[in-house]
Amino acid sequence: MVTNVTSFGRSGLYDWMMQRVTAVILAAYTVFILGYLLLNPDLTYVQWKELFDGTCVRIFSLLTLLSLGGHAWVGLWTIATDYLKATGVRFIFQAICGAVMFAYLVWGIQILWGL
Amino acid sequence: MMAYTLPLPGITSLLHRISGVLLFAGVAVLLYMLQSSLVSEEGFNGVKECLQAPIAKLIVWAVVSALLYHFVAGVKHLLMDTGVGETLEGAKAGATITLVVSAVLIVLAGVWIW
Repeated sequence: MVTNVTSFGRSGLYDWMMQRVTAVILAAYTVFILGYLLLNPDLTYVQWKELFDGTCVRIFSLLTLLSLGGHAWVGLWTIATDYLKATGVRFIFQAICGAVMFAYLVWGIQILWGL
Repeated sequence: MMAYTLPLPGITSLLHRISGVLLFAGVAVLLYMLQSSLVSEEGFNGVKECLQAPIAKLIVWAVVSALLYHFVAGVKHLLMDTGVGETLEGAKAGATITLVVSAVLIVLAGVWIW
């Protein structure tokens, strides 16, 4: 069995599944936010704030951020293993990607919970 | 030697990758806008005002375009996972539909933003 230590779930099949499950969550959130913005062209601050004060929207948003991390990891891993053949270069690229994802997650939590 | 040209499904696949990388960077823009818009009423109006600037419209349109393309190509991927259009002809048709649908959505998004 070919193994790659930088894959997301240590198994290609698991990565494949995670890529798709997270894709559905990200797609649903995209439809939700774009739909909301389209249906509320005269959006006010109070309306917008109320939307993100709701627990359901916060849970959905955090789920989306976590999904983004997993989805982007698998996607960028795929690209990195395809195009960056030197192990050192690929390691640095993936390390930066991982750091950015973690920063997005913490930043997102701060935004959602107003920390 | 340019004897080999990328077939249409290859082009859509490459664009899927490029849009994915762009989106990964674009999330920073989206998070920044979300933060500014939620922190206070001034921040919210600030984002609205900023979005009047052509350069801001262009950046948002670029991120939204990458999102729309990645979305459409992703839906095609999920459909193909279920066995839809797995033949050579199906893959070509799927690639064409992906390009046409996303192009229409991207133009509509441009109209919406401007």
